[in-house]
Amino acid sequence: MKRRNFLLHTGLFSATAIASLSSTAWVARSAVPNSNEKRLIVIFLRGAVDGLNIVVPYTETAYYQGRPGIAIPQPLKDGGVLDLDGQFGLHPALAPLMPFWHQRNLAFVHASGSPDPTRSHFDAQKYMESGTPGNGHTGDGWLNRLLGEVAQKTPIQAVTVGDTTPWIFYGRMPVANLASGRGADRKLPIDRPQVAAAFDKLYQGDSSLSQTYREGRMARQAIMNDLDEETKMANNGAPLPDGFAGDAQRLGQLMVSDPRVELGFMALGGWDTHVNQGGSKGPLAGNLEKLGAGLAVLANSLGSVYQNTVIVVMSEFGRTVHQNNDGGTDHGHGNVMWILGGKVRGGKVYGQWPGLATNQLYQGRDLAITTDFRDVISAVLENHLHLNDSQLSRVLPSYVPTQRLTVV
Amino acid sequence: MLTQPKSWVLVLLILLGCTNSSYASLTSVDPKVLHIINRLSFGPRPGEIQRVESIGVEHYIQEQLSPDSLSEPANLTSQLSQLETYNMNPEQLAQYASLGPNPTPEARKAAEKVANHILDQAIQARLLRATTSPRQLQEVMVEFWYNHFNVDADKGKDRLWVGSYEQEAIRPYTLGRFRDLLGATAHHPAMLYYLDNYQNRIVGRPDGSGKYTGLNENYARELMELHTLGVDGGYTQQDVITLARIFSGWGIGQVTSDFEFNPKHHDFSDKVFLGHKIKGSGEAEGEQALDILARSPATAHHISYQLAQYFVSDRPPATLVNRLTQRYLVTDGNIREVLIALFHSPEFWDQKSYQAKFKTPYQYAISSVRLTGMVVNNTQPITNILQQLAMPLYHCQTPDGYKNTEDVWLNPDAMTRRLSFATALANGNLPLLQLPEIKPKPLDPGQLSNALGNSLSTKTQLAIASAPPQIRSALILGSPEFMWR
Repeated sequence: MKRRNFLLHTGLFSATAIASLSSTAWVARSAVPNSNEKRLIVIFLRGAVDGLNIVVPYTETAYYQGRPGIAIPQPLKDGGVLDLDGQFGLHPALAPLMPFWHQRNLAFVHASGSPDPTRSHFDAQKYMESGTPGNGHTGDGWLNRLLGEVAQKTPIQAVTVGDTTPWIFYGRMPVANLASGRGADRKLPIDRPQVAAAFDKLYQGDSSLSQTYREGRMARQAIMNDLDEETKMANNGAPLPDGFAGDAQRLGQLMVSDPRVELGFMALGGWDTHVNQGGSKGPLAGNLEKLGAGLAVLANSLGSVYQNTVIVVMSEFGRTVHQNNDGGTDHGHGNVMWILGGKVRGGKVYGQWPGLATNQLYQGRDLAITTDFRDVISAVLENHLHLNDSQLSRVLPSYVPTQRLTVV
Repeated sequence: MLTQPKSWVLVLLILLGCTNSSYASLTSVDPKVLHIINRLSFGPRPGEIQRVESIGVEHYIQEQLSPDSLSEPANLTSQLSQLETYNMNPEQLAQYASLGPNPTPEARKAAEKVANHILDQAIQARLLRATTSPRQLQEVMVEFWYNHFNVDADKGKDRLWVGSYEQEAIRPYTLGRFRDLLGATAHHPAMLYYLDNYQNRIVGRPDGSGKYTGLNENYARELMELHTLGVDGGYTQQDVITLARIFSGWGIGQVTSDFEFNPKHHDFSDKVFLGHKIKGSGEAEGEQALDILARSPATAHHISYQLAQYFVSDRPPATLVNRLTQRYLVTDGNIREVLIALFHSPEFWDQKSYQAKFKTPYQYAISSVRLTGMVVNNTQPITNILQQLAMPLYHCQTPDGYKNTEDVWLNPDAMTRRLSFATALANGNLPLLQLPEIKPKPLDPGQLSNALGNSLSTKTQLAIASAPPQIRSALILGSPEFMWR
């Protein structure tokens, strides 16, 4: 797994050019055009979100029987779901997403997930991020392999929000980092011009170490400049919202101001609702409200770029159909995936619905899986990012398509 | 790269404006001395290079191979003794963090907090020892073997147990017999839990709650692929299944939270494993299998390759690996003997091997802190940078542990973060010294250079000398030479 070194042979950025680089040079982005301008953002809900209370099968009596304390009532009832298609309804806390549904920009794939039977968060997340269910040895994540397929020779083509590189982005391709929270544009010691200039001089050479250093500097400078410009221009001095919405807005603005940024990733925790998860109101509803509002902010802040963006929301597995004795739900199997974006064939709940009667459940307790999560990912990669079959097989090795989804 | 004309040393001397006596001897260190320190330790602390120059390289090797001959400083011993959970066994830990029957949400939260506290103390202990202990080779081998027998603290109960696992199953055996290390890891609940062997039981027999479970091959597979034979070690899927049957019933006691063999879950039939007949006898079958695995030439080769890769180069020479393999086989897997052969091999002393290993984030962070000579009391800044550099301690997700090769760790974002860490450390902006907040002073570049044996290349020295004085320490800690070991 030898890392790709963009600048090593391109000659685009000589040592002296970098060393004397002024911040305005970064504005001239035409040097590395984004050929298709397609963007993909993956949002991972860590902890296994309760999909049955997000896209609610409100015509199933088994749903209401299994969840007397936490079920979301039928449409038009007090605290009821927002009807989607006569069979499913959306959790009322996600009302900010209904306009996208009506514009047919929002789709769901129900009863989807990873075919691996594990109910361990740890293993399930790893499998979903590596894109190889059941194989714990895969050393990289599918988003990193995807980056390898669509590489544009720029170190900020992929951006992850938050301090650590998530498993999904592990691998040989460089990934830039956008800090989370209000301190996102806080300067690091290396951002101070005097310090940067001194290190530039130290790393002038042609060694792969020096080349890598310069790629890191480029990515960092580009992101800081983009954030700087955007904060000044778009927000007119108003502070960004805190938490997920703030991070989402920064990522959206970064993608708008810099067409080189094509792949984005964010993770959101707090979904492991074993205890008192609540129904129409309560802790889960509170978290969903933040998520829904943040997604709306993200879509809006993308501006015209939204037309070329697909946002995928996923989680490692679903939760038990029956509520437990603590007013929560335990680790389950099938879940719902969300797809949002300007060219998404939305307004539809995709996937074959297996039903919630006991004999229809996975191991007698969980929503069964009828759509492999990779069916959804590969549909996005094929129809949105236009990967061909051999590219697809490198991003999702050992995956054999079982169905074609036309979600994009 | 390591030796340069004296005139450049003079340039540095002048440009750094050095007048005080600590720079009296600005001759650069014998590259051999720096090499042995770089490989057997997490890098020099101030004065270490001079000490090894005076006692000699061979004496240093012998001393490091006999960690008990080196006493840990009183300050470190006292710091460790304040970590009240550090030496608890799995049973004590489980009790310490136990949830009563029908726990309230508050009780769950409290238990979660206790679990995090236990893990935090394990992390502190590891980092305090790595930065401060004079038993450096032992600390290096603790990290090496932990990665070899990796357990991830993120997996459920392992949050409680990784510290005890390291203390009981890794640390005592780092320089001993491989078979002892293998046996200790096989029995520890941290490993039984991490690789699911606690769920591994004879097919078709219900457990206490009436649920039918069956063989779980996870541990059996990794035991051969990662811990012993290696992926090309010549075993088949049938061997994996047989080994899983051999280890069926090796689990974790409900009451003791420690290793417990449950005969009810064991498959007592006779087996043939890797061509050896193993009579169905219970727990002893597992010991026989571990004997077979530890003595296998494939294991000898696999372990030798990994040691050579860690200590010599990312792609170690086959001649070296073969020689170490022979040494392993002749000494019945004596790790100390294999290391003696390694540290005296021509490949180890080949100049091409000097500075040939790109430091992992762990090695970079620890070596930076060591070079400053600070007496660390607060390890949080180190934990943070390891997190940022994607090498959080005790949190490697995959069972193969963290790699130590350049292709994995050299990337643009990592360079930015390393240099920011170096700058913050050099400027005294990392609260390493005391809790809560006594800030360290900015570091003196002359002292840092001296602690490195004035070994930086001429080019680097010139770049440093031309930078403003207040940045020079950051440039030393962030120099290209210091990225390698």
